[in-house]
Amino acid sequence: MARLAPIDETAAGPADSGADWLTGWRNGPADGPDASPDWLGAARADAAGRFAGRGLPDRRVEDWRYTNLAHLTGLELDWSPAPADVAKESLPALVFGREAECRLVLVNGQVRPTLSTVPALPGGTVLISLADALASGHPGVADLLRQRVAVDGGALKALNDSWLEDGYVLIVPDGVTVDMPIEILSVGTGGALPPAYQPRNLIVAGAGSRVTVVEHHVGLCIGGYFANLVTDVAAGAEAIVRHCKVQDESREAVHIALLDAALDSGAMFDSFCFTLGGRISRNELRVSLDAPGAHCRLNGAYLAGGRQHCDHTTSVDHVAPETHSEQLYKGVLDDRARAVFQGKVTVRPDAQKVEGHQMSRALLLSETAEVNTKPELLIHADDVQCSHGATAGDLDGEALFYLRSRGVPEGQARQLLVEAFLNEAIDAVALAGMRLPLERNVARWMAERPRP
Amino acid sequence: MLEVENLHATVDGRGILNGLDLAVGPGEVHAVMGPNGSGKSTLSYVLSGRDGYEVTEGSVRFRGADLLALEPEERAAAGLFLAFQYPVEIPGVTNMTFLKHAVNGLRVQRGEEELDAMQFLKLVRQKAKALGMSDDMLKRAVNVGFSGGEKKRNEILQMAVLEPAFAVLDETDSGLDIDALKIVADGVNALRGPGRSMLVITHYQRLLDYIVPDRVHVLAGGRIAQSGGKELALRLESEGYAAFADKAAA
Repeated sequence: MARLAPIDETAAGPADSGADWLTGWRNGPADGPDASPDWLGAARADAAGRFAGRGLPDRRVEDWRYTNLAHLTGLELDWSPAPADVAKESLPALVFGREAECRLVLVNGQVRPTLSTVPALPGGTVLISLADALASGHPGVADLLRQRVAVDGGALKALNDSWLEDGYVLIVPDGVTVDMPIEILSVGTGGALPPAYQPRNLIVAGAGSRVTVVEHHVGLCIGGYFANLVTDVAAGAEAIVRHCKVQDESREAVHIALLDAALDSGAMFDSFCFTLGGRISRNELRVSLDAPGAHCRLNGAYLAGGRQHCDHTTSVDHVAPETHSEQLYKGVLDDRARAVFQGKVTVRPDAQKVEGHQMSRALLLSETAEVNTKPELLIHADDVQCSHGATAGDLDGEALFYLRSRGVPEGQARQLLVEAFLNEAIDAVALAGMRLPLERNVARWMAERPRP
Repeated sequence: MLEVENLHATVDGRGILNGLDLAVGPGEVHAVMGPNGSGKSTLSYVLSGRDGYEVTEGSVRFRGADLLALEPEERAAAGLFLAFQYPVEIPGVTNMTFLKHAVNGLRVQRGEEELDAMQFLKLVRQKAKALGMSDDMLKRAVNVGFSGGEKKRNEILQMAVLEPAFAVLDETDSGLDIDALKIVADGVNALRGPGRSMLVITHYQRLLDYIVPDRVHVLAGGRIAQSGGKELALRLESEGYAAFADKAAA
């Protein structure tokens, strides 16, 4: 078992001699049996140095101004958790409410073939673990990964870059359409110490290909864990990639996810993120529209109560002319929950005939709930159409009275209005089979929320 | 059926109703007319239990119960219905869903079985057809993108489906052209019957050509200034409200 050379202790975070949250991280991941290529060790060490040099972002880092990760430093984490004993039968009800045709299961960030169902996929499409892809030296995977790891994308990405052990890899060859949704079930489950895991996922969609990925993140424990995920997406010319994510982690979990997508000409990336779980969660999307005709749609819906903190951060870079982006995020906050929406839209000089639209709407059901919204438009071209907007408020009192005056009891009327509010975002989910389970989640959340 | 006694109500601390008395018996249709600002809409909102309207004095008894002690949904369950002057738009909730929650909300409150999907569909289709409303209108979000006439027709559809014992029509004629007015009035007249009373609130006499009232009351300065038969409405049409404005000020 090759291990990373331990990095300089003094550079990594807190200077006390006892165990801190990074103790297990310093040992690095356990590699497969001498399968690790040279570049990988070097890339990890380089990233580890980058992370150690800056530590966790705090409020002084503009991108992290509203989301505080200090909670993590109070934890003693297990960075190399032993494979947890999980029975296939104990896996949660599926997103589709039926047996998935294709489902890859990860437990604490590790792909578990015995829990997964992966049939032969059309046209040479590959769905494997990153560990296998690295061990077999899969062409394409190493090149893309090397390129993406070299990008300095902030401290949490560097932390993930320093690991590169497992995750899922989906490769769809040019011109291939995969009709069945690819379901990724990511399970977090506790041990003696809360596990920390950092899967690295890759989606490579060839020119003219079409694929839909549904990620379902669930907690099978009451306690906490730390998931720090990075997903790299490369969409070739005219490819259509749909990515639908349901985040229903344990209420004590910290879930930090970054998805970085690069789109070639005429490619479409359609993302929907539904956030329910986690003590602290962040779903960050960075989309680079690299060639004319590239188009992305980023939508999200979230429900947060208690002391949950959920952050949706997007950055769309209109590198090329004639590129389009649309964003709609809608959330409902109760109790002392806090939400963050940061949306950055950049239009490069010469990127003319660009359209970029963004909207964030939050419903605050209690006086102690809070939402921080930060739209940012950086426009360096003149022939563009860009807009942004944000609203935060209570339920429409007129509509509530209207319903009650017709005999609908108050609690039911409120539930109906919350569902209607979120359905605008949910209706945008291209995958029709997802809408009903999402709407059921909303109904369940409303039914379970504590009454004041 | 409805007995209002010495009703005083304020909005933001301003007295709007100042000792209003009104009694409507079973099966009767009464009209309340009055100039702008006389308290017509306040009366409808106080009766239906909207927030922001404070009753400082007086009482309202409805079918023997203390109406003012009830929540809005309980008033509906007791048989009260308000046709809104400005029907509210509810994006994301279809007319069908809205009606289903209303019908079953009332049934549950009354201790009756909820209607199943088939029974409900049949009921709504039949009522909608009688009002010349298309299936498409039932599938659209409540009042969103509806014309003024469609909104008012939608109020009457709700009334037809919910079959209240007492309906308050708050300026149901406002914003309607003559054709829409006739359709709405026909819908209302179809619901008239010995067990059902109505309070028709309007600024203009025009509506009362189509919905002929048993009694007409003139509201001025927050109380009933004069009551009479349907001929009172015609007199108001020719003479205006000026005389009552003076009276209220005096």
